[in-house]
Amino acid sequence: MKISAFHLMPYRELPADFEQRYESVWVTPPWWELADARRVGQYYNWTLDELQYAAKVGFDGVCTNEHHQNAYGFMPSPNLMGSVLARATNGTNVAIVQMGATLPTSNPPLRVAEEYAMLDCISGGRLVAGLPLGSPMDVNLCYGITPMEHRERYREAVALTLKAWQAREIFPWNGRYFQLATVNLWPRPIQQPHPPVWIPGSGSISTFDFAVEHDVCYCFLSYSGARSAKTMMDGYWRVVADKGRDLNPYRAGFLQLVVVAENDARAEEKYARHVEYFYHKCLHVPAMWFSPPGNQDYRSLVATMSNPVRRAENPKNLRYRDFVEKGFVIAGSPATVRDRLKEEVIKSLRVGNLMVLLQIGSMPHELALENIELFGREVLPGLRDVWDDEGWVNHWWPERLRQRATPVPAGLAAGGA
Amino acid sequence: MSVRAEAPVGGGTQERTVTVWQGRVRMRVVSKGRGPVLIFFHGPWGLTWDPFLDRLAESFTVYAPEHPGTTPDAHDDVYHLDGLWDLVLCYDELLETLGIRDAAFVGHSFGGMVACEVAAAYPDRVRRLAMIAPLGFWRDPDRIVNWMMLEPAALRAHIFRDPEGDAARRMFPRTDAQDAATTEARVRLMWAMGTTGKFIWPIPDKGLKKRIHRVKAPSLLVWGREDRLVPAVYAQEFTRRLSGARVETIDGAGHAPHLEQTDTVAPVVRDFLSQ
Repeated sequence: MKISAFHLMPYRELPADFEQRYESVWVTPPWWELADARRVGQYYNWTLDELQYAAKVGFDGVCTNEHHQNAYGFMPSPNLMGSVLARATNGTNVAIVQMGATLPTSNPPLRVAEEYAMLDCISGGRLVAGLPLGSPMDVNLCYGITPMEHRERYREAVALTLKAWQAREIFPWNGRYFQLATVNLWPRPIQQPHPPVWIPGSGSISTFDFAVEHDVCYCFLSYSGARSAKTMMDGYWRVVADKGRDLNPYRAGFLQLVVVAENDARAEEKYARHVEYFYHKCLHVPAMWFSPPGNQDYRSLVATMSNPVRRAENPKNLRYRDFVEKGFVIAGSPATVRDRLKEEVIKSLRVGNLMVLLQIGSMPHELALENIELFGREVLPGLRDVWDDEGWVNHWWPERLRQRATPVPAGLAAGGA
Repeated sequence: MSVRAEAPVGGGTQERTVTVWQGRVRMRVVSKGRGPVLIFFHGPWGLTWDPFLDRLAESFTVYAPEHPGTTPDAHDDVYHLDGLWDLVLCYDELLETLGIRDAAFVGHSFGGMVACEVAAAYPDRVRRLAMIAPLGFWRDPDRIVNWMMLEPAALRAHIFRDPEGDAARRMFPRTDAQDAATTEARVRLMWAMGTTGKFIWPIPDKGLKKRIHRVKAPSLLVWGREDRLVPAVYAQEFTRRLSGARVETIDGAGHAPHLEQTDTVAPVVRDFLSQ
């Protein structure tokens, strides 16, 4: 297993009646009413500290991601955060997992290829290159990309990125959306032929096909836990088999919310309100915004409309115990968390690259560190060897980090090179 | 050319599908009536043959082409067009294929903008131009709501003065049903918004202000007094650029005055086009 710490960088102090007073956490939350730049500066630093701490207590990777105009998670430039982390973790075996910079909103998308190459150089070849499509809120609503062109731009940008990393000759790119007469990337990544690519998604069938055809790792970023992901991930593995690929569990990534405490009761005392804050406030977005007309192609639109995916219950009606019972959040003592992760997530979904979200919603810095430490020291070691007896190679992990990580003694990791 | 039977169209209409753009874009054209040729450009919610078109067909031969991508079984054809320029050229090819040298143009909302763009690109193709609540301009103080992001109930309330009226019911599928016809209607509505939205996202100002001076045809603007989508002040953007353009403001109507007040709007448009 490779287990990475994921961070959204949410606003941690939204008002109690936020979801009643405001239309959405995304796109339209008014900055001047809700936020404070000095406080946000503190959040960014806490976020970096929390991820660096995860690197120190034994995680295999640290994950950042890109979102815009929201209080749910606002690293508009994940590569700024990633570069700090790359520098700070030099000398360790921790991967820099960018989940990542969004190609359709980068113009030209070559900028992402360049920045990832920089991160790979700075980190000494420890980059995992996440290539997300980007959410409709970010790409269509905040960044003005036409919904009908979103996926086409993405696919063209992925092709351009892969070629720019690998081409031995200078080449012209005469694309539909991007035209560049002289592509000659400086720098190139250390990892050859290019850094491992992960494609995050939320269960869209066309993304399964794309990921399998490109032989990359598909990551299901879900907030609804493994139980509701089961059908989706079974569908993914069917596509893998149908296209003649092996069933290497490292082809799959999954994001799970986790809170760990001394025992199950303490977990509720410590984390319940932060979990509820996340589901009630951080996911407060009008349903229409997830699928602007044209964003899905016609065939997918017909499929969705004819057989609406059983919409997960409105999380606003659920409380902490519901989230835990349904597996949206895996919570409790280290033993409880380890066993549930192993059975419900890792084995059930056949996941080799697990990401865990440990700073959740309003969770304050000190508590986030506690959660990270408990997970890193008492849960993670019990999950490392889940797939070892099957002998798979994690082709989607930086080659020099594929061997089982040896924990770096505290004090050495965070200081940088 | 082919004839199809599954259209959401009314009695007495004829249909044929015209292929343009090197054979890649198929556009069904619904037609009816006698008299001078009239081209109707539908809005962002797709073509529905409605009582307004029936009224126009009493005095004109009405041709109502479907925007690329909204013709059944030709959904993906819209991907062959990259922008407004391509779309305008498609309409020129369509008229060429239909053997229509010039005609009266009537357009609603998005279709009003397209009609105006074609009139600016090919001024001699348009004899008279009637635009009903057309898009095409942007005023920061009078922002146009992005209808594509509205929940269905809110969308109805933005288009129609009376969201429960007959006109609204004809355009919108029921929200409480799950049968196949309702699902099909929902898909049609979403896809029509997606394929038209492709040409105007995220702000429906794509440079008409640079081109509108080329329009030669006498122009009429029809606006619902209670248009909650494209406020009636937008009529000024057209009238100050089109010399002699007239505005008719319709009481008791929102963004689709020809559907909510057909008895008022149909004679106004007919009389203007007949002059």
